[in-house]
Amino acid sequence: MFEAIAFYLFAFLTTVMFFITVTTTQALHALTALAAGMIFISAFFFILGADFLGAIQIVVYSGAVMALYAFGMMFFDTTRDVKEKNGNKFIVFGLSIIAAVLIVVIFAAPMVSTNIVALHPMIEGAGNTQELGMVLFTKYLVPFEVAAVMLLVAMVAGIVLAGKKMDLSLTLMNDAEIIDAKKEQHKKVL
Amino acid sequence: MDVAYLIETVIKVVVVLLIFSALAGIGTYFERKVLAFMQRRLGPMNVGPYGLLQVAADGVKLFTKEDIIPSNVVPNIFKIAPVITAATAFMAAAAIPFLPQFTLFGYTVHPIVADINIGILYVLGMMGVGLYGPLLGGMASANKFSLLSAARGAAVFISYEVVTGLSILAPIMIVGSLSLVDFNAYQSGGITHWLVWSQPVAFVLFWIAAFAETGRTPFHLIANDHEIIDGFGTEYSGMRWGLFFIGEYANMFFISFVIPLLFLGGYGDGSFLGALGLLGKMAFFFFFFLWTRAAWPDIRPDQLMWLCWKVLMPIAVINIVITALVMMF
Repeated sequence: MFEAIAFYLFAFLTTVMFFITVTTTQALHALTALAAGMIFISAFFFILGADFLGAIQIVVYSGAVMALYAFGMMFFDTTRDVKEKNGNKFIVFGLSIIAAVLIVVIFAAPMVSTNIVALHPMIEGAGNTQELGMVLFTKYLVPFEVAAVMLLVAMVAGIVLAGKKMDLSLTLMNDAEIIDAKKEQHKKVL
Repeated sequence: MDVAYLIETVIKVVVVLLIFSALAGIGTYFERKVLAFMQRRLGPMNVGPYGLLQVAADGVKLFTKEDIIPSNVVPNIFKIAPVITAATAFMAAAAIPFLPQFTLFGYTVHPIVADINIGILYVLGMMGVGLYGPLLGGMASANKFSLLSAARGAAVFISYEVVTGLSILAPIMIVGSLSLVDFNAYQSGGITHWLVWSQPVAFVLFWIAAFAETGRTPFHLIANDHEIIDGFGTEYSGMRWGLFFIGEYANMFFISFVIPLLFLGGYGDGSFLGALGLLGKMAFFFFFFLWTRAAWPDIRPDQLMWLCWKVLMPIAVINIVITALVMMF
């Protein structure tokens, strides 16, 4: 019974939060509602017994993505309302409702037609985190490692884009030029 | 889930809330006294014996002060920001085992609100969410200094969360669990089993990062002391400002519980002496926060970032690699 109460409570709260996010004209309201919605979603993981994923949901979505989003918000005055250019409201609403219904149907149809069976049944005695690790490092090892490599590439690219003097290559310069560049560096006073 | 469990949990939540709200108040008294003695002053002396009732006087002041909402702020966000700070601090406490289990009138009490098996992750995640308090408070304030401090606060929290997470990875690999109770059980064999002996680097890194996570003095950039204003709290008055304060001090207490639980044996074998030991260790780490505030100046923002990304993070990564190699062979 508690599970049902918790589920409907958090389902309601999540929907309300995301509704606020898309309808408000106040940037800070949208930001806060989105963060709250993300945290409420983690409740579903906790209800389902997937503690690890729930905590990861909190850490990743609230901690990292939202904080970065907040940095973007700092570039304009968040205490003023945003004037949005809305075209035809009916087209926007109609298309988004159709898209939402389509997504639900796409994911729900297989479940309705055949009862869903867990591909990897629970292992007795293993905790939530261990089970996730076992699946990640056996069946899904290749996608997992590829994702890791992609993140590494993204990180290197981010450093190159944000770093200073990344267009200079020490291997392509001769010694005199390197010494000049170093002298230039020492001139700078922090 | 039976009714007894529900009642027990509610009682635990209320007890934790009451004790740590009160402790946050008393914490300010300790802070003033410790700082005063280190600076050869007396500190609060006039209200009550040795100024002990200063806490009550502060409370009365905070509760009765007019609650001002400036005209240009975003009212809803401005009002909710202090609540976020205080609430997330207390939510993090749900996964911390404060004492070993004990029997009260024939009923076994587990002094942990929710014994989830990913305790550390949850505590750190919730403390990370705590950054929304200063961030939203600063952004909603319609004050440029508040905004600056919010930006700094967010930068510090995000950067040092990396250090916290990486430094804790090596001990997690050794223990093989994310539960704080399991961490304690792993170290229950006595002082030689403490993780601090096998993971001294992780211990120091986590400790340093704890100062940033709680926004304490060497990394106290969110409150802009050098600009003679109170950072994100500039526009706040009365109890809303007090909630920021309670959140900060509650966080200090909780992280002071987490460090001994992770590295210094926690409550040991669960005996009465072990429980006293945990409280003693907690008191030391809390005192160390105040000691540092008396002894060290704030560092510059660029030094803070340099320390995080160019010193602490590489050390943490090297520590993980070495630990993994040692465990493999």
